[in-house]
Amino acid sequence: MTTVAATHDVGHGEHAPSGFWRKYIFSTDHKTIGIQFLFLSLFFLLLGGILAMQMRWQLGFPGKPMPGGGILPESMAPGGVILPEYYIQLVTMHGTFMVFFAIMPLLVGVFANFLIPLKLGAHDMAFPRINMASFWFAFAAGMVMLASLFVPEGAARAGWTMYAPLSARPDLSGAELGQKLWSVSIVLLGLSSILGSLNYITTIINNRAPGMTWFRMPLSVWSLFITAILGLLALPVLSGAAIMLLFDQTIGTHFFDPPAGGQPLLWQHLFWFFGHPEVYILILPAMGMVSDIIANGSRKPIFGYHSMVFAIIAIAFLGWIVWGHHMFMSGMNPTLGSSFMISTMVIAVPSAIKTFNWMGTMWRGNLRFHVPMMHAVAFVAMFVIGGLSGIFMAATPVDMHIHDTYFIVAHLHYVLFGGSLFALFGAITYWYPKMFGRMMSERWGKIHFWLTFVFYNLVFFPMHNLGMAGHMRRIYDPTQYDFLKPLQPLNTFISVCAFLLFASQAIFALNFIISLFRGQKAPQNPWLDNGLEWTLPNPAPHGNWAQIPSVYRGPYEFSSPEVEEDYLPQTRKLPTDREPAVLSSGAPS
Amino acid sequence: MQWWLPVQASTFAPQIDGIFTAILIITGLAFVVVEGGLIWFIFKYRERPGRKAFYTHGNVKAEYIWTAVPAVVMVGLGLTSNHYWNEIKGRNSVPPNAYPIKVHAKQFEWLFTYPGPDRRLGTDDDITEVRNKLHVPVGQPVVLEEESEDVIHSVFVPAFRVKQDAVPGMQIRAWFIPTLIGEYDMGCAELCGMGHYKMHAKVTVQSQADFDAWLAKAAQGDIE
Amino acid sequence: MTHATASLMRPPFPAERGVDAHNLKLGMWVFLASEVMFFTALIGSYVILRFGAPGEWAKPGVVLNIPVTAFNTFLLICSSVSMVKAFAAISDGDQKMLKVWLLVTIIGGAMFVGIQAYEYTHLIHRGFLPSGVREGSELAELVANGTLPAATMGLYGSTFYAMTGFHGFHVTCGVVAMAYLYLFRVRRGKYSQQDYRGIEAVGLYWHFVDLVWIILFTIVYLI
Repeated sequence: MTTVAATHDVGHGEHAPSGFWRKYIFSTDHKTIGIQFLFLSLFFLLLGGILAMQMRWQLGFPGKPMPGGGILPESMAPGGVILPEYYIQLVTMHGTFMVFFAIMPLLVGVFANFLIPLKLGAHDMAFPRINMASFWFAFAAGMVMLASLFVPEGAARAGWTMYAPLSARPDLSGAELGQKLWSVSIVLLGLSSILGSLNYITTIINNRAPGMTWFRMPLSVWSLFITAILGLLALPVLSGAAIMLLFDQTIGTHFFDPPAGGQPLLWQHLFWFFGHPEVYILILPAMGMVSDIIANGSRKPIFGYHSMVFAIIAIAFLGWIVWGHHMFMSGMNPTLGSSFMISTMVIAVPSAIKTFNWMGTMWRGNLRFHVPMMHAVAFVAMFVIGGLSGIFMAATPVDMHIHDTYFIVAHLHYVLFGGSLFALFGAITYWYPKMFGRMMSERWGKIHFWLTFVFYNLVFFPMHNLGMAGHMRRIYDPTQYDFLKPLQPLNTFISVCAFLLFASQAIFALNFIISLFRGQKAPQNPWLDNGLEWTLPNPAPHGNWAQIPSVYRGPYEFSSPEVEEDYLPQTRKLPTDREPAVLSSGAPS
Repeated sequence: MQWWLPVQASTFAPQIDGIFTAILIITGLAFVVVEGGLIWFIFKYRERPGRKAFYTHGNVKAEYIWTAVPAVVMVGLGLTSNHYWNEIKGRNSVPPNAYPIKVHAKQFEWLFTYPGPDRRLGTDDDITEVRNKLHVPVGQPVVLEEESEDVIHSVFVPAFRVKQDAVPGMQIRAWFIPTLIGEYDMGCAELCGMGHYKMHAKVTVQSQADFDAWLAKAAQGDIE
Repeated sequence: MTHATASLMRPPFPAERGVDAHNLKLGMWVFLASEVMFFTALIGSYVILRFGAPGEWAKPGVVLNIPVTAFNTFLLICSSVSMVKAFAAISDGDQKMLKVWLLVTIIGGAMFVGIQAYEYTHLIHRGFLPSGVREGSELAELVANGTLPAATMGLYGSTFYAMTGFHGFHVTCGVVAMAYLYLFRVRRGKYSQQDYRGIEAVGLYWHFVDLVWIILFTIVYLI
């Protein structure tokens, strides 16, 4: 009877799918779904980069015809010269694709799906078919957003933040269908996210292997759990806002229409109430995976594991009460400015704790700089810069100067690129063998790392200076302003470095693709890690384990005195270990 | 090449720059500690044959310290900043005798309305709809009465360190005291459409005498 | 609920369990948390727009039909009761009464949607649109003679249709889900005293939808 319970409740017992369509396209296997998200998101990452390169062309070489610009329509770039109306589409869609269709799905869609059941010792997610639906909603959302680039008037163009009333009024923005498609796409994406979160949360709460107690879960899983809760509660607010915007755009409602009593600030409050938790969605999984990789690369337990968990929870909890720091200059009540500033100052503290704990993990370690470790350490170094720059804008008087300037652009790229994307490069390299059964090239990984690291800093660090000088965001032609003319050489320098940065990504792309076919066949546990996923063959089979393993310890027992090797897998039973209270057969032990 | 903050042309500028510099010093120290520490660890603790890592799960005392110190610093920073925030943007912060100038923001220009000799807006002697030229007298408080005709714009004068969004349906005030005679730029700091980049106004800070003279000529329609 | 040794309704199950609930129940609670946030966005916006409105709000009952909607509210509450009875029936293993009470719930839900739809057509006919009051309509006259406040009718229409429309959509989804369960699970005897997880999950959803309506009815129709 309890074995019946095991089969029914955990969603296993189906035969492995056969046939191309069931196995690769309409799969309910969490690993396949994770890989589907990987290919979808990498595509959008590339697209987001291409849009950015066009922006940087205009900023570096204003008014000059862009190489290859001839393929753009005359209404956007006659003779390859980018027009202002096209420029603000580039700005908007770069942000939109990167945040919603690249970074978020890469961190959550890929790694929550791929890692959670593997790291917890589950056969699959709690609701495999809802999981599949989550991917296809994301795919549909992506296709709608992609389509919006090609409609006659062009894409949405009110910034990824879509402030009303500009976003609601085609007569003021110049785009109608593109704006509506943006709203529709976001609603679909919200659904995808909610369905995904539902799965991750249920699986983590209820489907852990015997012995996998809460405080034996790896930090990658903790961060994905907390992220899922953030997503579950924040995305519906964005969906609600996007629906209200869509209604203003289509059926004549007045939510954000001042003459009829609507309030533009309502959009901002709704958007940022979602938007701030969203940015923690974009960093927490990266932090979690970086923790796993740093412990592995240091051959040492994570320093202060419990604090790391509480810091994740604190960041997530505080993340709900800081949203107004995006609105200090918005015209909202200044008293709110004070309260949001205090909460924003406080939220720096758990991030500081995490940074010191990562350093503590490396301290007196035996540091092994494989490619993922290089990226994880770079994450710490770059995220710190992004976090510290955030303090400037948290101080409301200073924000008066730097709000909506390139200082903010520098900050957000330090945390999203230097932070999240570096973590992703490391994580993709780390779990690639588990996904595809092969290793990526170590040598090309290191070359890609260094080129990216150098060019990335050359592109984004000087933006702090641009911002300090008062260089506004989303400006098509800075040379219009006398005070910005002396800064133009810096813009050109940044653009050139950006092109080189983008070009360097070809190395990652080629490494990724070629290794799929020609990569060295991966040993079962190439990184000598303790997680449950490394006890399975590469790639892992459908259903993961025939028999759910038992877990005897936490995930970071590196260099333990109990064994010779410098790692000790969670599922390895030592003579001194007792069986967990409930065995996987269901019988009490 | 301008690497630093712009010229200080208002009373806010030294205050804001002071906070900026204080934060720069604090974050600079944190930067050195963290990055320096990372670089040191990378070399000192790199893998060598025969070495084993030090097996520890952490140190609670160290964690208390590196939690408490940032917390104290951040709260201190918050309280200091808040003091200036209330002075600059607080509900009752606008000096009672501030010289009012209406700013009507629209796609894609700034229309300024100056009160005439009566120093009150909304009366018959107002000089209305001066396009993209903001003139202010040095050394006295000026308050901008901001409104927008269409979408959200934002008044931004880097030299004054002044920024305030102009929101359709709202009347918002932003004040400052110019301190340095000269000509400065004003831009729009909230994406407002395809012409966002060219919402450029010239800000001229003048002596009282020059300002009065300019205003008198403007009243005649002679705006240069 | 009777003690069940061979039941999927309660632990012990294998593995570490975070909460004393089967996955479908936990999953539904988690999903409902997201729904709370969604309706909070819509209802919160209504509150902000109404209390920041540039004028008075329309008086209750002038535009909306309170008596009919009150009956509709009663209907929905009754359908929640019948849902509880359906749940109680199958927890006692009574397949027949499960069928009966579930059918009653479905009919109640369908009637609610039907009456709402009828109300919508009536409102639109009288000139009440999401964008406000239609020119030349019956309600436009009420605006002209001051019975309805011109300045806020746009917001009134926007918020009314957004909130009740999405609620109606959620009720419809619930009716469809219950109908599916009825046709393809209940009638085939797939539920038993040992396993009626689907009924529990859909019941939770239905109660939630009812609760949201009680809130909406109060703050949109009555106040």
